[in-house]
Amino acid sequence: MNAVLLSGVQKRFGEVHALDGIDLEIAAGEFVSLIGPSGCGKSTLLRVVADLEQPTSGTVEVGGKTPHRARLDQDYGIAFQQAGLLEWRSVVENVELPLHVHGVDKAKRRVRATELLKLVGLDEFAGSRPSELSGGMQQRVAIARALAPSPRLLLMDEPFGALDEMTRERMQAELLRIARETEAAVLFVTHSIPEAVVLSDRVVVMSPRPGRITEVVTGERPGADQDVDDVRESGAFFAAITAVREALRKGHP
Amino acid sequence: MTRAVPGATGVEAGPRRGPRGFGNVWPPIAFGIGVLVLWELVVRIAGVPAFLLPAPSVIAEQIGAQFPVILSTAAVTGGNALVGLVVGFVIGVALALLAARSRLFGELATPVVLAASAVPIVALAPVFTIMYGSATEIPRRLVVTVVVTVPVFVATARGLRQVRPVHDELMTALAATPWQHARFVRLPGAVPYIMTGLRLAAPAAVIASIVAEYFGGLQNGLGSRITSAAANTAYARAWAFVAASIALGLLFHLAGLLVERLVTRGRTA
Repeated sequence: MNAVLLSGVQKRFGEVHALDGIDLEIAAGEFVSLIGPSGCGKSTLLRVVADLEQPTSGTVEVGGKTPHRARLDQDYGIAFQQAGLLEWRSVVENVELPLHVHGVDKAKRRVRATELLKLVGLDEFAGSRPSELSGGMQQRVAIARALAPSPRLLLMDEPFGALDEMTRERMQAELLRIARETEAAVLFVTHSIPEAVVLSDRVVVMSPRPGRITEVVTGERPGADQDVDDVRESGAFFAAITAVREALRKGHP
Repeated sequence: MTRAVPGATGVEAGPRRGPRGFGNVWPPIAFGIGVLVLWELVVRIAGVPAFLLPAPSVIAEQIGAQFPVILSTAAVTGGNALVGLVVGFVIGVALALLAARSRLFGELATPVVLAASAVPIVALAPVFTIMYGSATEIPRRLVVTVVVTVPVFVATARGLRQVRPVHDELMTALAATPWQHARFVRLPGAVPYIMTGLRLAAPAAVIASIVAEYFGGLQNGLGSRITSAAANTAYARAWAFVAASIALGLLFHLAGLLVERLVTRGRTA
């Protein structure tokens, strides 16, 4: 079954066409990035999938359900540009939050959260306060939190946008490993062409006014046996970057 | 009071608010002693009459002589202040939660509570005394409750509005119920504000408790002792109870400060 299925999705804010004629399928376990200039509706598209916005017309399915049902069932995990950790909870309690909200008992959620902190490499900070962590570490906690209910789909809205370049590349490698280990599909919004190319199976290029998909470029997501840094230095990587850049220029004549 | 925005940079792990050092406690104490010495000298040398201003030594003598009475009356006044403080605190927080939860209730209750802050609430004391009779502590506790409810409501309502948009989105994405939203995000986020409200309300509770006694009712608290001593021209004794009232107010102020520090410790502020 598809992780996400969008057909003929349109979203208007008054007179503004935020999204128009969006058709997109994301397969189970697939990593898809949305890229485009500001105002192209890429965040709106992610929010429609997350049931944080309602489409004006068209149909949306998340794992075969309505987005609303999928949200209630915790079928997706979400991470934003801001980590948005609750400062009065410890790191492990922040990871537990989705399970806590859904009434999972304390012992079970502690086991799961500890496991996830290990996955993002922060198990030794379980008892720390969020304010004691760096921005990159906080974002890893946010990703662990998004993964807590074992979702089949991860929605990420520029999660590394506020990080410096070096931290960002490290986080990309981490995310690739996590996506491989959890086998979750990922819908990833970004402004960065190299980031989109190195992470994704497919890069969806969008153009603004109205927000449309102009082109879909095959990304260079590394396989299990490939090193992400080798991919970053490969010819195919640069060719894909050029292809995405060209597609973005076409959207902006 | 602003909070660090996590995720924005890597440097938001700011300094924690530690307890204030006690090194700067001595200058005000020395100043206070200096004022008392000056007061004593002025009264003695200038021969100020006792009804105008008794000497500190005479007041101290009265404090010693009246000490058991001071303790028992301070316990009554302090007890009324504490009961009113706790009840008013609970009501203030509960009203603010309801106001945040229901727009209609918020629009109905907020102007009423804010109007209450403009009314001289101690003016209600004689009315309460008539309503509940003069043989009970209820009128005084009611006055304190009303006085405390207002600042706690205002501070809590303000704190509940400080939710960061990312937390709102997160709780929506987690399909949290409104009650869970309040419990997991709004209320804990508002705690520093609520505690500030409590700290401001604590000494006000003592003031309300004392002033409420000026309007009749039982004669067992500090306020009633001050009026009766003054009426009997026992000025030094009146001053002894005034000093006890000041001490009680300070005690509540410090207790409020301590609770605020304890509850909000470890948070970036």
